[in-house]
Amino acid sequence: MARTLTAVNAGTESWWHKNQQKLAPWLFLAPGVLFFLFYVIFPIFQSFNLSLYEWDGLGEARYVGLYNYEELYWDEAFYTSLKNNLIWLVLYLGAIPAGLFIALFLNQTVTGIRLYKSLFFFPFVISQVVVGLVFTWFYDPTFGLLNVVLGTFGLPPINVLGDENYVTVGIIIAGLWPQTAYCMILYLTGLNAVDPEQIEAGRLDGAKGWRMLWHIILPQLRPATFIAFVVTIIGALRSFDLISIMTNGGPFGASRVLSFYMFEVALSEYGFRMGYGAAIAVVLFLIMLVIIAYFLWSMFQEERAR
Amino acid sequence: MRSILKASAAALVLAAMTAGTAQAESLSGDLKVFLDTSNPAPRATMEKMIADFQELHPDLEIETTIIDREAYKTQIRNFLTANAPDVATWYAANRMRPYVEAGLFEDVSDLWAEPAIADNLASTKGALTIDGKQWGVPYTYYQWGVYYRKDIFNELGLSEPATWEEEKANCQKILDSGRKCYTIGTKFLWTAGGWFDYLNMRTNGFDFHMDLLTGQASWESDEVRQTFANWRELIDMGAFIDNHTSYSWQEALPFMVQGDATAYLMGNFAVAPLRDAGLTDDQLDFYQFVEITPGVEKAEDAPTDTFHIPANAQNKEAAREFLRYVVSPDVQTWINNGQNLGQLPVNAQSSVDDDQFLKEGFTMLSSNSPGGVAQFFDRDAPAEMAKVAMEGLQEFMVKPDNLDRILTRLERARARIYQ
Repeated sequence: MARTLTAVNAGTESWWHKNQQKLAPWLFLAPGVLFFLFYVIFPIFQSFNLSLYEWDGLGEARYVGLYNYEELYWDEAFYTSLKNNLIWLVLYLGAIPAGLFIALFLNQTVTGIRLYKSLFFFPFVISQVVVGLVFTWFYDPTFGLLNVVLGTFGLPPINVLGDENYVTVGIIIAGLWPQTAYCMILYLTGLNAVDPEQIEAGRLDGAKGWRMLWHIILPQLRPATFIAFVVTIIGALRSFDLISIMTNGGPFGASRVLSFYMFEVALSEYGFRMGYGAAIAVVLFLIMLVIIAYFLWSMFQEERAR
Repeated sequence: MRSILKASAAALVLAAMTAGTAQAESLSGDLKVFLDTSNPAPRATMEKMIADFQELHPDLEIETTIIDREAYKTQIRNFLTANAPDVATWYAANRMRPYVEAGLFEDVSDLWAEPAIADNLASTKGALTIDGKQWGVPYTYYQWGVYYRKDIFNELGLSEPATWEEEKANCQKILDSGRKCYTIGTKFLWTAGGWFDYLNMRTNGFDFHMDLLTGQASWESDEVRQTFANWRELIDMGAFIDNHTSYSWQEALPFMVQGDATAYLMGNFAVAPLRDAGLTDDQLDFYQFVEITPGVEKAEDAPTDTFHIPANAQNKEAAREFLRYVVSPDVQTWINNGQNLGQLPVNAQSSVDDDQFLKEGFTMLSSNSPGGVAQFFDRDAPAEMAKVAMEGLQEFMVKPDNLDRILTRLERARARIYQ
């Protein structure tokens, strides 16, 4: 009875019923795709377009062609920001080995290890603004702890955040504090998945210390390392809040990075150059694109190798 | 009981009716007011002033929003276009130009044509005028000058200087006593703009200073170089506190309070925190910035804070009434007195509070500033130019040897910005 019914229905099945299987995933994806199009893809092209105009954000936009990019070429502040971005990218990666060693150190069973782990993870939980403030006080040239410590060793005080040569490194060190904690937690979870039998086998073959770490542990931590790389590089390129809190880009613009400079020219108190800001955004976008493309490519290669 | 209720209700109605008829015109609807007076004392003053206005117009639904002073400077662009209030605070002169040119501020020339305003606010009319029209009303202004530690001056046997030579001689003695002459915090740049304003106005005069800030004079001119040369004399002496790039203006106050530095070139708003920090009026005093080039007429910075009606406001009639109320003589006297804003009233019929700094400042501005009254570096120059220039000033204070590069950069910016 049932069989005959379905047979009858099959002839008159609607288009919807026939294609349900194919359509369902698209329907489920639709909200995400739409939001992505409207809030990510569309603004990217808008930025490209805007970078060809001179616009104060209020009045009429004036088409100026590639003038904004020409301005960038002559702009010392742009090169300072670009250089600082590179310094951030390189030095910020220090969070990965630092996180790894803390994770290795904490990967043991002694009483209270959970407490120690939480304490090491603590800086990642507190807000970047608080981290920035704490380090600003730490670096304070007259009252700060850093110069008190230096003083006990008979060293002259240094004004880390007021000196254009130290300021970027000073902010990066502040940023490394929470980032190291983040990498540590990634590696701690990774270490849980390390195969004890392989370690055993390595021991039998006489591997220990650095050789054990390099040849047996690290290869197994590869997924954790990959994620640590990605989040650290993204973190380095997003380094906005710390700069804003600690120096506001100063002294005389020496600690700016591209994202901060973009904000400053386009959106800050004195910023009325939307087109110029968009041009900086385009440059930053291209830099990120290269890095992300490299990561996707290496991920793809890895998948194929399996 | 019932009759009492009835009677009081009737009385209320009667009272409301008489109040209504007493008013020349009764205002109704909503009135949205956006304020940037987020510091505790000004905030309380404004809230009280608005409450008083509410009492005069009981049918009006007043909604006040107070926004952090720094955040306000970036938010104003959004709320003027998208969700405009009926009244908003801002600053006079070039600082309001972008919004005037974008058509976001209401032309209030009609208010300025009324005798109550035209006669009593004439002194600030220029600062509120762009293209021959007025775009808002002022509600307060304040003097700038050198605030100094009188007790330290007495201890060292110094007196208030009047000339550049005396200023430097004083400073040398202060330095010899192991102190710094001036405290300053240049983290947010504008404090360096104050120094440049005074040095340039005293070296080259008000008119040249205005030409420079409006793009008509060159940053690479000999006049500007002379200003920087004068500034450099102080820098080379070590007159300013070390590490000033790390401090905001508030963070630079303790140096003066603790006596590590003796003077502060600042606006009158610095007096309140200095008093709060424990300095008495025996320890704190004020003098006008000294003469540098003999014969150049003295000019002063006196920034004016203003109220505007956004072009997209809903209740412009009530907003106009509010502006009339704010600038009226009694309100001006009250909001600017020592317990409230502690600044100078803009209405000529108002009285200046009996405070030594306010009185001295008022005398200085009204009779000892023949050259003219400037707003401030970042209010007289367009925003973009102010930003680039103040960064250059900060760099100069730390690395005076970079002057040539700084001036080339500013000259390039001038060519781009003023076109």
